[in-house]
Amino acid sequence: MARFLAPEAFSAATEDLSLLPFNLERTGTNQYLVANMVGDFIRLTEDELNRLVDLRIRPGDGLYEKAYAAHLITGTNQTAQRQLLAARLRSRMSFLRQVTPLHIFVVTLRCEHSCPYCQVSRQSTDRSRFDMSEETAMRALDIAFASPSGRIKIEFQGGEPLLNFPMIRTIVEAAKARSGKKVDFVIASNLALLDDTVLDFCKANNILLSTSLDGPADLHNKNRPRPGGNSHKLAVAGIRAAREVLGPDRVGALMTTTEASLDRVDEIIDQYLQLGLDGIFLRPLSPFGFAVKTKQFQKYDANKWLNFYERGLRRVLEINRQGTPFREFYAALILTRMLSDRPIGYVDLRSPAGVGLGALVYNYDGSVFASDEGRMLAEAGDNAFRLGHVDHDTYKSLVLSDKLIDAVSSSLTQCAPECSTCVYESHCGADPVYHHATQGDALGIKPLSAFCARQKGIMGLLLDILENSPKDAAILRRWANA
Amino acid sequence: MTLPLYGTASLSTGFQTDRARSVLRLQSVDSNSERHAADFALVKTGEEFGRAVEANWPSIFIVSDGSIPGPVSEALECRVVTVPQKYDYLRDGDVLGFDHSSKKFRTLFRKNSAHNSLLVTERCNNYCLMCSQPPKDVDDRWLLDEIKESLALIDPNTHALTFTGGETLSDWEDFIEVLKECRDRLPRTAVQVLTNGRAFADSRVVDAWRDIAHPKLMAAIPLYASVDHLHDHVVQAKGAFDETVLGILKLKDRRQRVEIRVVLHALTAPMIAETCRWIARNLPFVDHVALMGLENTGFAIANDAMLWIDPVDYRDALALAVDHLTAAGVNVSVYNLPKCVLARSVWPHALQSISDWKNGFVDECNRCDEKPDCSGFFTTGRPRFSRGIHAITA
Repeated sequence: MARFLAPEAFSAATEDLSLLPFNLERTGTNQYLVANMVGDFIRLTEDELNRLVDLRIRPGDGLYEKAYAAHLITGTNQTAQRQLLAARLRSRMSFLRQVTPLHIFVVTLRCEHSCPYCQVSRQSTDRSRFDMSEETAMRALDIAFASPSGRIKIEFQGGEPLLNFPMIRTIVEAAKARSGKKVDFVIASNLALLDDTVLDFCKANNILLSTSLDGPADLHNKNRPRPGGNSHKLAVAGIRAAREVLGPDRVGALMTTTEASLDRVDEIIDQYLQLGLDGIFLRPLSPFGFAVKTKQFQKYDANKWLNFYERGLRRVLEINRQGTPFREFYAALILTRMLSDRPIGYVDLRSPAGVGLGALVYNYDGSVFASDEGRMLAEAGDNAFRLGHVDHDTYKSLVLSDKLIDAVSSSLTQCAPECSTCVYESHCGADPVYHHATQGDALGIKPLSAFCARQKGIMGLLLDILENSPKDAAILRRWANA
Repeated sequence: MTLPLYGTASLSTGFQTDRARSVLRLQSVDSNSERHAADFALVKTGEEFGRAVEANWPSIFIVSDGSIPGPVSEALECRVVTVPQKYDYLRDGDVLGFDHSSKKFRTLFRKNSAHNSLLVTERCNNYCLMCSQPPKDVDDRWLLDEIKESLALIDPNTHALTFTGGETLSDWEDFIEVLKECRDRLPRTAVQVLTNGRAFADSRVVDAWRDIAHPKLMAAIPLYASVDHLHDHVVQAKGAFDETVLGILKLKDRRQRVEIRVVLHALTAPMIAETCRWIARNLPFVDHVALMGLENTGFAIANDAMLWIDPVDYRDALALAVDHLTAAGVNVSVYNLPKCVLARSVWPHALQSISDWKNGFVDECNRCDEKPDCSGFFTTGRPRFSRGIHAITA
């Protein structure tokens, strides 16, 4: 067919090719995992990688096509490859447009539970000392309303925030009376004190409830002791009541993994299924508060936790294969990062870090922290992330404080050693508080970081399933856009 | 069945010689609506002819093999066109283009069809291996003038209208003016423009497109691969991939509606899963993706040896392609492929996409439960049938 040209006529000459930025990691003797600028992965052999870097490639050799589709190369005179990367990067980073969308109010540090893993070092007595005053609350609201976001979320934390329910009422009403922002409310509660008054109030004000459920009764009650030993019973009853009154999507539960949980992931997941919840968040212990003091945190390492996580994830996938839609929420979060460019501002998984820029925490005593974990450190005597006080600071002075700027700028994964060249960088985040708590340094030495080990472990696991288990991959792809 | 959309009139009288062509609209003899200069009474019987004369119709369009009156006399001061009986499908509200000297006519618009498309030009800067409308390098700018005239005659309640080519943006400034006419005259009509998208790499074109501001305007742009030279080979134009992708980005950057179209043949179908994974990852913001079975006509016949692939041989790849897109939240449809060659998971996406005037079925289909909801086949060109065709029965 003389009029038509053969494929070779459309091939670029090698001298017209340029490399685009990418990161890589050796995954086997001859195997590399390669990620482009926005975290699309491909696998290359050592020979392929060397040919790519030397641009010893040409259309039709298979490697050219792989590298081009993955945005590792571009024709020097082309623009679409670079524009696609730019558009996608812009979308991924656009969470930065929402500055400080989360404001946490610690309305009391008192709690009727006495969990040994408590990360906030709850107090049991003395109402006057550990409850937030109305004056403090109103000053905190001033700061929250001075943040640039058009829509903010106010989360009530404790202690057990329902122990100071009148202050929740006051803050909700005051926030609603102010104009200029759309405000969502969440109460993080163990639900032991949930009653009709609270439920009615939540319904009237469209307030979400977030609670703790560690698994079956014996495990939950062991992790979460309270007088009467009935924490599990009350939490389950509370979840049921909240689902009925507020709606099934208006109450969420979180679990915390202790050493006693490690062999029981199936039972834990089944507990969530039985309650009709649509997923579970398999969450490790954090190195804060009593979790450190009582040495709970040291009882399992990242590997043990990853084994637990993988068994849990595979159980969740099995449930899906059997026809019940049910998600593991951390995987869903990571998958959204890996398979889409939607902006994810999840405070613990972003860079620039979420401290201050993603959330501010107003403690019961009026001190302001850059994150929930930051105030947990302060309860143990470390004020590294205490940005100021509602009495003498403004939104600007807090967010532009040297402490915050130092923490954010010193922890950027985009330029941190180990992170900036990490194949998973696009999907990970900076966690300066964690690394300060564990290594005394906001940046941290990543090969020694359990945070890093868990992140890489989970992403490696998800990639493995996406590449090698077609049925499970089809399920996981759907989590990314749910 | 294939409707003949082109033809030659057996008779025509009364047309002035100062212009070469006219656009005609057919009206019922008894129509009471205000007569436009382009309106012709549609006459199929002698009795109707009588009524038309009685009603003082200045223009009469006869569908007949000749049995209807000879009264077409010089004495009658009327424009009269007679076309053969096989054009009996013509109805009132239909619009035709008519060439005075050759007596050739083309049906431009059929009021009772959901598949109206207007040819904008036969010129194109691509030369696709499977083109069903092979491009010609001719001066056919009169087509745009004819379209402008037609738009005034098209029923404003028309649900959908497609502009096709050639490359519709070959004379982009004139064509944008036509689309502005559509905005003013047919604001409720979904207007789809088939274009290779390359012109949108030029910001002036894409800005002008945005400024049309038709509420239901969509650019339908073909993209055949995730790799430059593979796409460029299919469209036979070096540099096309870069311009097309850039064009899609610029359109979406200006919030314009975009459909991506992939024609499935031996060069594109085997890698369709990878192409759609790439679209899901890189262009998830497009409004629709259409994966289209090949119409075996035009260049597709000439390149049959290079292009033919039995659809059952890419059934699994197509299912995976559809899954990649749906999982990413991208609207996806499969066009022109009968259900019996598709995986069940693809059925909800398979549409009856073949235009009514060139759509048909085979004998096997008469035993099939799915026939009422099936695309069937093209009747144009030289149809090729999959070895996978079989009646689906419960």
